Amino acid sequence: MKVHLRVWRQDGPNDGGRFEDHDVDDVSPDMSFLELFDVLNERLIADGTEPIAFDHDCREGICGSCAMMINGRAHGPEKGTATCQLHMRKFNDGDSITVEPWRAAAFPVIRDLVVDRGALDRIIEAGGYITAPTGSAPDANLILVPKEAADGSMDAAACIGCGACVAACPNSAAQLFTAAKVSHLGLLPQGQPERYQRVAAMVDTMEELFGSCTNHGECEAACPKEISIDFIALLNRDYIKAQFKNRKLSGQRA
Amino acid sequence: MIGELDARIPEGPLADKWDNHRFHEKLVAPANRRRFDVIVVGTGLAGAAAAATLGELGYRVKVFTFHDSPRRAHSIAAQGGINAAKNYKNDGDSIDRLFYDTIKGGDYRSREANVYRLAQISVEIIDQCVAQGVPFAREYGGLLDTRSFGGAQVSRTFYARGQTGQQLLLGAYQALERQVHLGTVEMHPRVELLDVVLKDGRAAGIVTRDLVTGEMRSHSAHAVVLATGGYGNAFYLSTNAKNSNVTAIWRAHRRGALMANPCFTQIHPTCIPASDDFQSKLTLMSESLRNDGRIWVPKQMDDPRSPDQIPESERDYFLERRYPAFGNLVPRDVASRAAKREVDSGRGVGPLKNGVYLDFSDAAGRLGHDSIEERYGNLFQMYDRITGEDPYTVPMRIYPAVHYTMGGLWVDYNLMSNVPGLYVLGEANFSDHGANRLGASALMQGLADGYFVLPNTITDYLAGLLGDPPVPTSDPAFAAVESEVDERVRALLAVNGSRTVDWFHRELGKVLWDNCGMERSADSLKKALGEIPPLRAEFHADVRVLGENETFNQSLEKAGRVADFLEFSELMCLDALHREESCGGHFRVEHQTEEGEALRDDDNFSYVAAWEFTGVDEKPALHKELLDFEAVELAQRSYK
Repeated sequence: MKVHLRVWRQDGPNDGGRFEDHDVDDVSPDMSFLELFDVLNERLIADGTEPIAFDHDCREGICGSCAMMINGRAHGPEKGTATCQLHMRKFNDGDSITVEPWRAAAFPVIRDLVVDRGALDRIIEAGGYITAPTGSAPDANLILVPKEAADGSMDAAACIGCGACVAACPNSAAQLFTAAKVSHLGLLPQGQPERYQRVAAMVDTMEELFGSCTNHGECEAACPKEISIDFIALLNRDYIKAQFKNRKLSGQRA
Repeated sequence: MIGELDARIPEGPLADKWDNHRFHEKLVAPANRRRFDVIVVGTGLAGAAAAATLGELGYRVKVFTFHDSPRRAHSIAAQGGINAAKNYKNDGDSIDRLFYDTIKGGDYRSREANVYRLAQISVEIIDQCVAQGVPFAREYGGLLDTRSFGGAQVSRTFYARGQTGQQLLLGAYQALERQVHLGTVEMHPRVELLDVVLKDGRAAGIVTRDLVTGEMRSHSAHAVVLATGGYGNAFYLSTNAKNSNVTAIWRAHRRGALMANPCFTQIHPTCIPASDDFQSKLTLMSESLRNDGRIWVPKQMDDPRSPDQIPESERDYFLERRYPAFGNLVPRDVASRAAKREVDSGRGVGPLKNGVYLDFSDAAGRLGHDSIEERYGNLFQMYDRITGEDPYTVPMRIYPAVHYTMGGLWVDYNLMSNVPGLYVLGEANFSDHGANRLGASALMQGLADGYFVLPNTITDYLAGLLGDPPVPTSDPAFAAVESEVDERVRALLAVNGSRTVDWFHRELGKVLWDNCGMERSADSLKKALGEIPPLRAEFHADVRVLGENETFNQSLEKAGRVADFLEFSELMCLDALHREESCGGHFRVEHQTEEGEALRDDDNFSYVAAWEFTGVDEKPALHKELLDFEAVELAQRSYK
């Protein structure tokens, strides 16, 4: 196969950036999309050009490092697939492919296709955990978790934190990412004591750093783990409840 | 000069050692903990768990990861599960049995006291993870579900679909982020350790490079904890994440920490076979698949038929045939070598004849499509993505690949290396898995080390430093290391040769896989030892690293890591050559039974080989820690 790549190059956060064109002639359909970049980079280095920077690590679709906007779609054309698991057999001979970094105000470009996604960690820091200091846990089977709850929680917990939902959203909102964590913990009995403080703290931090959700649903379509937008409904419900519950608490304090 | 290696194994019966030890150790009082700085490098299961727990206890912790977020560490990719001796299934499990299975699985090359402690702690780990909200698989009544795994005849493996590592790491990551929020932990993402600093023989800190700006910086602390994973990527193709590397432990080794049993590498039997030269890594298919999948090859050589055209009578279920008691669930080293033998004999399957079948048709008939999907759905999907084949209808093709490294820096019972104040956790140390690790035990060890062992043992060292500030980074010891690091980086950029870093890495990988892989011989190892030094010299004379230090430069990052692999690999081969026996993952063709199984030499090699660095191109010095077995009787492993 042959493909024509239009790749975003940007030397650093303060550089304006530009597209660069490359033809790759000996593409195998069994190559992954990142292996295409490996091959191209080897060639660029041989020609004395600095290779294209891109984030990647596990190449198994689980670490969430890889992040490419491929023909305007986060992680490319295959549904439920991270860039590293996308293979060239999903493209046609002669295709022209445009590759850009995630574009969101909360994700500044570091270089080429690499962006800073630290804002997602800020949301987790704000409350995306269950307080359980090491050593203090009761026997594991003392906490009964209905299978449906465990399964639903796991559906949400499958999020890999890649940021595709933010990149795909016209508002650059992080609702699906946040909802996934809120639901993972909020559906479990262990997550109940902090449920409402958690959702309030996480949503408030999210709103500071990211855009707001207006129900486009692009996030669900882009998610490599196919996390359901239903979790955003759960997030919204818990957030509203939290407002009442917190008001009640502040009333008691006064 | 290093004297006799003292593993500081506590007195008393095996079952009481950990309790005795905790009672006799010095402690640090809660109000004094904030007077101690601890550096943790790496945020996988061991590093994140240690950093979070030390933060909870009140120490001032600095954490470093080269990833953009601590959640990306390669522990995230572990699929199958985590072992614990809960005996929830009432099937004969106990701490003693988990201990025994691990010692036996490790082919009697691990330290009894450490392994027993691991089995004891396994129980607490599950409690801890459940409390954190890890969504483990459940029975309908709400109780925890378990499954069986290779090397065991009980169901003691807890799991969260095929993403157990991810869920356990997210639990530790979330606990860590909570401490970041509380201000006890300072997080340094995209910062890589490039060297370790010692002052008067003790760990004083580290020198790092900011991967975004290129800034070199020194960080000092009372203790340094390395939780930086294994060195499987020395082979280039492995199931490790692309950025996993040996640099942290190799740099510590060069500063005096002993490297133990580097030749103990694990080849995992169930990976997707390589498809072509551009292959950048290999993908593991969880060992849990061997619970329901049956492994076979056609009896006929070079059989051209598709698998569904081959009748039952013409298939060889070679693991079930050779090991009736354990069948498809024999330990990894045994399964890997058996598959290699079939492929080498010309019965391999797939376009490159480089795999064996892992077939789910029996299980699908017995359990139904839905059960299979529930157990292995994400793995089947991953396989489909990579190969373009649907494992619900066509048997998977699998072949062994480098997966885990049992060797690592030598540590004592407290997980401290021979360098005072330098601790090593998880895959980076050598301690618990002997010559072969059992499935679902890496997660157990990483979390045991991080949550429960280190926080309880580090006090013994820190208590002695009460009132002493850490060595300041203005100390000449730091300046000296900083200038060495700077020089190393500049030298890599200055070569401007003709070959890329990846080219050298692939060449090294081929040398190691061919000569120090699933099978080794004196001849193959001598061949590798002859080829590695010239390759290393060529690297430093002809590598091309473009760009500058002061920018985000991934070629430069890789170059530093490959330079270290090129030094480390020689030690790995040397260790393999010196160990004139076969045990676990280390299979020397000269030492095998008539049936082709590993043949140990307990009289001469029942020890940990701990190597001391004496210089590149110099022969390292060997120190031996003799292994005493009190509770377990050494026997030829049998899974028949």
